Amino acid sequence: MKPAPFAYLAPRSVDEALAHLAEHGSEARPLAGGQSLVRLMNTRLATPSVLIDINRIGELAAISRENGAVRIGAVARQRACETSPDVRDGVPVFAEAVRQVAHPSVRRRGTAVGSVAFADPSAELPAALLAADGEVVARSSRGERTIAADDFFTGPFTSALAPDELAVALRIPVTAAERTGSAFVEESRRHGELPMCGVAAVVTLDGDGAVAQARIALCGVHRRPIRARDAEAALQSEHPDDELLQAAGALAASAADPVGDCHGSAAFRRHLAAVLTRRALATAISRAEERNA
Amino acid sequence: MPDKIRIAVTVNGTAHDVLVEPRTLLLDFLRDQLALTGAHAGCEQGACGACTVLVDGEPTRACLMFAAQLDGAEVTTVESLAGPDGTLHPVQRAFTENHGLQCGFCTPGMLLAACALLEHNPHPEPSDVREALSGNLCRCTGYQNIVRSVVAAGAEV
Repeated sequence: MKPAPFAYLAPRSVDEALAHLAEHGSEARPLAGGQSLVRLMNTRLATPSVLIDINRIGELAAISRENGAVRIGAVARQRACETSPDVRDGVPVFAEAVRQVAHPSVRRRGTAVGSVAFADPSAELPAALLAADGEVVARSSRGERTIAADDFFTGPFTSALAPDELAVALRIPVTAAERTGSAFVEESRRHGELPMCGVAAVVTLDGDGAVAQARIALCGVHRRPIRARDAEAALQSEHPDDELLQAAGALAASAADPVGDCHGSAAFRRHLAAVLTRRALATAISRAEERNA
Repeated sequence: MPDKIRIAVTVNGTAHDVLVEPRTLLLDFLRDQLALTGAHAGCEQGACGACTVLVDGEPTRACLMFAAQLDGAEVTTVESLAGPDGTLHPVQRAFTENHGLQCGFCTPGMLLAACALLEHNPHPEPSDVREALSGNLCRCTGYQNIVRSVVAAGAEV
């Protein structure tokens, strides 16, 4: 028996879960898929005294389309996101990122919202959420608010969620149907492991083939997932060619502030940031051109 | 110490109505409380897949789930694969015939991940097998014969 003792609560409704969170606050952790949290509990890096299992709250398992956005509930499995037409067609960059998260047996339990709330700086889904301009729907007994992905990730494994708040869903605007393409590319030591660097790119072209809008986000190269804003600005209104994409990659690498470890040195991760940004942009742009045809 | 939790869980077709400490992992519940030691404790942090069992038919890392979460669930472990007379399951037979194991430590997890794959995709390509079993580590075989075994089992089913 490896985890430290805790009390186990299995609420049947969101309100019940929020009441537990309001009572236990920072002593408590919500449990969704558990593929990250239980690992930390087994090594006692996390020792919550109360575990609030939200898996029995049926309404949180839903994936739906609402008002031009895809909504992914807190216990919708990553595998469900992978196979959902709403996610695949609505937010292709998120679907492409989900397919690269860990392994099939992990994705069958792991949740998309849980991965975002866990805020691992190396993980794919936070970067995909940033690139897709998504937001986190947070609820507490005090009410509900939405937190833009740009404001959500505050540091390694830390987010803007208050201790009494539950991330009940992600809301991601549906990617424009025309002249827009996206890509998620990553490099990891072994298939299924957390990437040393991952890049999500969403690019919209105008009628002349110039970049109308680009959003680029990276994971694995900073203390939190980041936008490559200088690279985005450099692309604006420009006709993309090899030289421009090379320059955008260099700008993304200069936004990176990687920490080296046994999987990859800081210099190597910075190199990956440049190369993978260029590749993600090239793929996103060619997909945008296809959707223009 | 926090209160124990009562769960009604079916394991390999047998119903159990038991009390568990909240922090008891599914893996430890199977091994220590039910004496089902087929699910192996490898890394105990979700990396190796040696503890893979089926929960409601889905391959699941038993080290990353608490027994307290299992109320109403159906769990399948490697012990249920062979017949009561010891007749091997087709997937087990394919592993023996194709040299799909050496030390055997990873084998229970491999078998259950393979069974889950074959349930959804009875005739997988080698690439499907590699993807489905990618979360299960083997330090002996180099995987080639494991993939061959699962493809062979598919041909037989």
